[in-house]
Amino acid sequence: MKYYDYPKLFVLALPVAIFFVTFFIVPMIQLVIIGGSGEIGESSYLSIINKPRHFESLLATLILSIAVTITALIISTATGLFLVRNIFPGREILLSILTFPLAFPGVVIGFLIIMLAGRQGLIGWITKALYGDKIVFAYSMLGLFFGYLYFSIPRVILTIMAAAEKLDKSLEEAAKSLGASPYRIIMDIIIPALKPGLIASGAICFATSMGAFGTAFTLATNIDVLPMTIYTEFTLNANIAGAASLSIVLGLVTWVALFIARSLSGQTVAVSG
Amino acid sequence: MNKKTIFFIQLFFTLLVCSFLVIPVFLSVLAGVTQNFFVGIKSGFTIRWIVEVLNLYTDTIYLSLLIAITCLLLTLIIGIPAAYVLARVGGRISRIIEETIVLPIAVPGLAIALALIIIYGGFRDFRTSWYFILVGHVLYTLPFMVRSVLAVLSSFNFKEMEEGAASLGASFWTRFITIVLPNAKSGILAGSLMVFTLSIGEFNLTWMLHTPMTKTLPVGLADSYASMRLEVASAYTLIFFIMIIPLLLGMQLLSKDKI
Repeated sequence: MKYYDYPKLFVLALPVAIFFVTFFIVPMIQLVIIGGSGEIGESSYLSIINKPRHFESLLATLILSIAVTITALIISTATGLFLVRNIFPGREILLSILTFPLAFPGVVIGFLIIMLAGRQGLIGWITKALYGDKIVFAYSMLGLFFGYLYFSIPRVILTIMAAAEKLDKSLEEAAKSLGASPYRIIMDIIIPALKPGLIASGAICFATSMGAFGTAFTLATNIDVLPMTIYTEFTLNANIAGAASLSIVLGLVTWVALFIARSLSGQTVAVSG
Repeated sequence: MNKKTIFFIQLFFTLLVCSFLVIPVFLSVLAGVTQNFFVGIKSGFTIRWIVEVLNLYTDTIYLSLLIAITCLLLTLIIGIPAAYVLARVGGRISRIIEETIVLPIAVPGLAIALALIIIYGGFRDFRTSWYFILVGHVLYTLPFMVRSVLAVLSSFNFKEMEEGAASLGASFWTRFITIVLPNAKSGILAGSLMVFTLSIGEFNLTWMLHTPMTKTLPVGLADSYASMRLEVASAYTLIFFIMIIPLLLGMQLLSKDKI
């Protein structure tokens, strides 16, 4: 059966091959070529380091993404472990709540942060009632941080919970019976066992934050994060080569991060913030 | 600390995280049905903002549904065979091809949209039609269909079943339709829900690919966030939630045994 099936398998694979080559491979190659075709040629790929405005935007995006990743990992490990280890009424509901924002588009998450910390937001309203002073931070770096956290938590929790299910309970019990403190159990047994899951979900979270456009589009009108810089270069400055080279660099970064995640956990979650 | 205290501290923390996710959704739903959100709910409830949104943005809802349905059909037609071929061929080649097909979710939508505009932006009729957005959506959602079907196919020995059928004289196409498709049903269903949901909510690619005549729901949302009063933006978001939440619940039900 194996050999004479190959022509038919080829027929089955043909539509996807044609579509993919026409609308992805060829355009992406063209993007790489255009990226190196600006006034400064191939060196425009270095503009992300040479050009102060681009470098600052890269730096800001990196710092923001790392901060979001660390925070999301801590929060999600705490809640994920709790939900895996305790069965109680209402647990299912909490689980659904924690995972349902997975498919929210970035723009909507941006708007939700406005509802929370914008000019008519909840935090502004509470702080005004308490101190007479309205605190508004939706449109700042802090607002972006919370927005990114919003879409990161569900992604990370799913991976952590999957890893936590596989934890070997007997190791912990052995440690406990030998007199290990809860702190030592966490540091020496739980964290090492969760490590692949933590790295994988951290990489997913980092990649998603680096490439997040929707949330930034709603909130970061005055902040240069990399996707916004690319967007401005393309639409306002009509610097197509610059936008192309920046997006290639950004694409490489997110691809490497997700590649690490996939090889560790076999999981892929969309870069759709 | 005794066990009970630790439990309640953890529960409290989890509830805190949940409220961070839920409260803004609740607020936006509330704002969408409130006369004047600045004054508060004492100004009374109304559906006038929802009506206003429906007057202004109904086309975006229809266009999003049209694109999502077409996108789903296309990913089914080209994605299922692709997953089957990958599962049949196996080995390193199949791994490399899978890695390539997954690229559109690893690369930010912005980059893909730029690439599409650079190369096909000159074809005016194509650029200004909704097919241009459709191409982006199929690229972005195809990996989910392929992986979902591939995961199911790799979980049981369909090759043995096929061999059995082949020895009884079943042709390639008969086997594909009567063995592969029925057995991959759960993967196809999960993939379909995912594709449809992602297409309805896709913004990163769509914002770059859309034209004033081809606005999808998320594009309209971004539009209303920037230029409409909070109540209208909220009502619009509420409509979006009503469309997307059943899909999300369906996805959660399907993946329940995985959690």
